[in-house]
Amino acid sequence: MFDEMHGLDASCRPAYAVVEDWLSRTPPDFLARKEREAEALFRKIGITFAVYTEGGDPERLIPFDIIPRVLDAGEWALLASGLEQRVKALNRFVQDMYHGREIIRAGTVPERLVEGNPCFERKMVGVEVPAGVYTHIAGIDMVRTGPDEFYVLEDNCRTPSGVSYMLENREVMMRLFPDLFARQAIQPVSHYPEELLATLQSVAPPNCPGDPVVALLTPGFYNSAYYEHSFLADEMGVELVEGQDLVVQNGVVMMRTTEGPKRVDVIYRRIDDAFLDPLAFNPESALGVPGLFDAYCRGNVTLANAVGSGICDDKAIYTYVPDMVRFYLGETPILNNVPTWRCAEADDLAYVLDHMAELVIKAVHGSGGYGMLVGPHASKAEIQEFRAKLQAKPHDYIAQPTLALSTCPTFVANGVAPRHVDLRPFVLLGGDAVRIAPGGLTRVALKEGSLVVNSSQGGGTKDTWVLAPTAQAASQSQSQSQVTRQTVGEG
Amino acid sequence: MLSRTASNLFWLARSVERMDYVARLLDVARHMSVLASPNSLNEWHSALIAAGCETPFFELHERSDEAAVLHFLIRDRRNPSSIMSCLVQARNNARAVRAALTLDVWEAINGAYLEAREFDEETFSSDNFSTFVDWAKRQALLFNGAYTNTLLRTENFNFLRLGTFLERADNTARILDVKYHVLLPSFEQVGGSLDYYQWAAILRSVSARRSYHALYKGRVVPWQVVEMLILRPEMPRSLRACYEQVLENLDTLAQRHGGRAGEAHRLAGEMHARLRYSRIDDIFQRGLHEFLTDTIDRTVVIGGEIQKFYLG
Repeated sequence: MFDEMHGLDASCRPAYAVVEDWLSRTPPDFLARKEREAEALFRKIGITFAVYTEGGDPERLIPFDIIPRVLDAGEWALLASGLEQRVKALNRFVQDMYHGREIIRAGTVPERLVEGNPCFERKMVGVEVPAGVYTHIAGIDMVRTGPDEFYVLEDNCRTPSGVSYMLENREVMMRLFPDLFARQAIQPVSHYPEELLATLQSVAPPNCPGDPVVALLTPGFYNSAYYEHSFLADEMGVELVEGQDLVVQNGVVMMRTTEGPKRVDVIYRRIDDAFLDPLAFNPESALGVPGLFDAYCRGNVTLANAVGSGICDDKAIYTYVPDMVRFYLGETPILNNVPTWRCAEADDLAYVLDHMAELVIKAVHGSGGYGMLVGPHASKAEIQEFRAKLQAKPHDYIAQPTLALSTCPTFVANGVAPRHVDLRPFVLLGGDAVRIAPGGLTRVALKEGSLVVNSSQGGGTKDTWVLAPTAQAASQSQSQSQVTRQTVGEG
Repeated sequence: MLSRTASNLFWLARSVERMDYVARLLDVARHMSVLASPNSLNEWHSALIAAGCETPFFELHERSDEAAVLHFLIRDRRNPSSIMSCLVQARNNARAVRAALTLDVWEAINGAYLEAREFDEETFSSDNFSTFVDWAKRQALLFNGAYTNTLLRTENFNFLRLGTFLERADNTARILDVKYHVLLPSFEQVGGSLDYYQWAAILRSVSARRSYHALYKGRVVPWQVVEMLILRPEMPRSLRACYEQVLENLDTLAQRHGGRAGEAHRLAGEMHARLRYSRIDDIFQRGLHEFLTDTIDRTVVIGGEIQKFYLG
């Protein structure tokens, strides 16, 4: 099994030299004290993650682990170029689905995946979006199984969350361990909110009268990610609005302010499509703004991400992303998918039914670790129950091998021990550039042997370090800077 | 700023001020009832009127005895003006605009809320009445001090101030009106000792006994108490002082908004001028109760205009 610090044997990989040295010279009670300090800081800042469905204290902290996860400059450069490529392809795919559907006509992707997809929004067909950008903010979940083996586990193009943890984790680490940061150059992430704002401003609608006014639309403080919404709005210096704060007048979106109505041009919305506008979508929605979709179609406001971009999150569509890279970009995919069985196909289904105890089986429309079976960790009864669901609706499922996810040293009750991790980098796709903050959010399964890293199911987070290129490495990969300026989309 | 944010700030400050007022009101009622004949319902009934809670109270109770009124005004959550309802309302408003507040302000209001969650029957017992009233007043002082001392002087501050002083103006008018409703028993004379103690109780409730003596250097006489609480600019709870603040904050908002001002501005200006140039003799001649009722009505209208212009 591959360990991020030790590799495949007991040695120390170069990127972790400083961390290993620090751990070897730091007594456990010091780490325990620092961990308590970290928790106190998070409480004070008020970062909580609400899980209302499960009872208990609704304002919970996501456990934070004080041992960082480290990537070297070369590893990151490769990942960053792969992420950029992948998100561009996904964006082209969404655009294609609402226009000519060339990839379907070419026979590469089956049409039923789009037509049967609950995130497909028929009203978006033929609608032009500014700069042709649909997936402005994407969170790509990645795992690692070996020194050079990175896989994409899933794509999140609806409203990916977690970036505030990436930022706060770094803030807390820098306060707790300034020496570690002094001993080596770690690429900063704190400019993410500025990059996000620049991305949003780059997709101002065609009818925007001046400097675009940006607002972040939240469902309100009962939402589990409310802290993140208010944090990002604050950091960007934009208003955090709820549906009731917005009103559409003559096809233009206005926010109610103490100075009277004020025009809004770009909305970073953290509300699902269905709730955006009771006139266009779910009529029961009290969170949305009547007339918002009409204003959007008229080119008076930009919504990020675009309505209907959630089709990318479907795990059956996921299996075609490498094909999309080849089809739209004419390039070889840099990032690999996890080998996946499509239960919609008879041969694959037969194989999956025979090997349920070994596989991870996921609902294609599910997210957050819900609706999934981890075969090796499931009881016989659970497998039987899942088998019935799978046989009833094979189209709704895909299956993947249980990957030997990499582990990372983690501070747990009985000292430092390896725990499985994943990585969610955040990719910003603007009208002018692709921007990626180095690293992303590392999630860690705190239970020994567990592979489920979701915060709603007992996962924690770590700070993610991307080391700055050394002088030698820098000259080799000068072309791969973290921000690649170029035009995307063709709309 | 967003109207919703301004609205939460305005109502946050109003709720805290009302909590403070109801506590002070109960203090007056308690003092007056001790002075009056035993089992008198009069003082407690007047407290209900002064809290604006007469109608909802009698929908639930037949008699305004001490226990029922205390329960209704302190902790009945069906009464939106009870001390506990005000505190919960204030905390909800604060929570919704957490990012607009400093940590000190948040901790003042959230701390009060968390303490109140631990209260039990003992806290509300008759023996602990004074302790509880002091607690409620102290929470308001803490909140007002926290925001006055730590908040940036931006619109946030102006809307909190508007809430505090509009509510306080309303409350000062109401607490003075208590005296109108508490009739003197027929054998007592106006200006007699009971009359004196009742005015003294009002002064006490607004923490102004010493201030009275500093301003008037003599015994407590009704028209001076009234003058102090209505017209004296030195007295921070007087109607004039409250309206000075209301007007000043509306002026600041208008400046911030490039001169944009509404009906609330005009009405508050008119009200302030009246208070500034009125004489206490005239107020008494036209009738104190009528003057106070009119003030309460106008304050309600100004609140409604602020709502329409800024918060809607």
